[in-house]
Amino acid sequence: MKSKVLFIILAAVAGLALIAGTPLAAEKTITIKGSTTVLPIAQACAETFMNSHLDISISVQGGGSGVGITSIIDGTADIGDASRPAKDKEFAKARENGFELYENVVAMDGIAVIVHPSNPLSALTKEQIKNIYTGNISNWKDLGGKAGKIVVVSRDSASGTFETFNELALDGEKVRPDALLNASNKAVATTIATTPQAIGYIGLGYLSNEVKGLKVDNVDPTKANVLNGSYSLSRKLFMYTRGEPKDAVKTFLDYVTSPEGQKLIDQAGFVGLK
Amino acid sequence: MAILAFACLFFLVGIMVTLFVEGAPTFKDVRFFEFIFGKYWYPTHEDAEFGILPLILGSLWVTAGAVLVSVPLGVGSALFINELAGRKLKAFLKPVLELLAGIPSIVFGFFGMVVVAPFLQRLLNLPVGLTAFTGSLILGVMAAPTVASIAEDALSYVPKSFREASYALGANRWQTLTRVVIPAAASGISTAIILGMSRAIGETMTVLMVCGGAAVIPHTLFQPVRPMTATIAAEMGEAVFGSTHYHSLFAIGLVLFLITLVFNAIAELISRRFRLKLGLGR
Repeated sequence: MKSKVLFIILAAVAGLALIAGTPLAAEKTITIKGSTTVLPIAQACAETFMNSHLDISISVQGGGSGVGITSIIDGTADIGDASRPAKDKEFAKARENGFELYENVVAMDGIAVIVHPSNPLSALTKEQIKNIYTGNISNWKDLGGKAGKIVVVSRDSASGTFETFNELALDGEKVRPDALLNASNKAVATTIATTPQAIGYIGLGYLSNEVKGLKVDNVDPTKANVLNGSYSLSRKLFMYTRGEPKDAVKTFLDYVTSPEGQKLIDQAGFVGLK
Repeated sequence: MAILAFACLFFLVGIMVTLFVEGAPTFKDVRFFEFIFGKYWYPTHEDAEFGILPLILGSLWVTAGAVLVSVPLGVGSALFINELAGRKLKAFLKPVLELLAGIPSIVFGFFGMVVVAPFLQRLLNLPVGLTAFTGSLILGVMAAPTVASIAEDALSYVPKSFREASYALGANRWQTLTRVVIPAAASGISTAIILGMSRAIGETMTVLMVCGGAAVIPHTLFQPVRPMTATIAAEMGEAVFGSTHYHSLFAIGLVLFLITLVFNAIAELISRRFRLKLGLGR
């Protein structure tokens, strides 16, 4: 009697282990860290990818472009997301550790310059944007708008979005010190949507009806214009790896750049490569 | 038990050592004087500048404003709960205060960003609602429960004999409160205020969301500022590992740590001095 009970319990435990064990049977895990801009891409692709590849499990974390590249250098992640190219210093650090930082371009991103919907302006030149952000123009009436102080909103100076904007729009000049620095694309969009006199910039994927995206040099901030190269404020998005991607990492990156992956990228508000 | 107590000490020392070790390399590239008194914060620019004076002043500015809000609110609540509220009201108000203390700072931040900032912007006709004042207002409300609960404790420790003696001398309720009870509890109330200040200056998420983040030396309460905590939180994730920028963020942490240390030392000093004066030292 006793042994029979024991047998049933053992069988039940074994059965449970079997049931619980199957979905956890992932043999390989991929860790992705880095840019918050690339995060939605990595997440969307990882979710659908895992549905069709049960043997690979993927964990996706944010942290910023710097964190993404650093985690490749110190080996705490397999894929490092970045919205800016790695710096010479970072390439050198990887080489010191005995490998090459390998660059995989996975998508394009455009930066939209945005104002409050009530703002009468609908277009600015790159020169005007530069003058606003460096402090040469501080009143809307100098741009043909309603008189009033321009509230300049920028991203934190360490973010990839800021760096790209700084390079593409400001030619590396310093942003006026009294510019508001917000910590995320969403925060910039919220500030602009609630501040009639503000101007800011965000990733194209974050454009919504709450804010007005301006034409830059008479080109609309649209996906088509980013891909055909006519919209000047656009950039590439990267997933860095330790040397050329291999095994599970390669399978995943191939999926991201496949038509199916690129479709997910479009849906997330970015610009697929094809 | 002793091990647990020493574990706290161990963590404290560990944090201090980390701040020193990671912060010190900043001063290989930036002179200490330029770091503390520099007026411009451009940590990632090619021609980088690491002046944290605007950040220090931003923090102190917001904290000063928060004190103006939290002291009347916190001490006032403590007095009301301790002196005037009946038992039922007291049983209701104390948990409400504790509930307020338990709201996560990001909720306060979000509320400030979406509701308070646009409201103040329209009300005061400011160019932008994300200002030091907005931060002060919200931090003041956040610090009020801390101030209230410590001040309330201090008031309840005033011996009953003090009041009885005062009433016996013919003093009325108001005179007893302002001339006997409050002076007797002054050390505890001061401690409460200073701990409230520590809470406000160390607060991160809220100021990151509602203060605007402009690294300029503030001239009025109604302009955007960038407190030290917000700078560390916003930039640590993106700073290139091992760069001067990365180390300078630890150095800011060290400055912040020293400021709160001074606050706590002052709180300790005040409470000790008052205790001696009242003869409650034992």
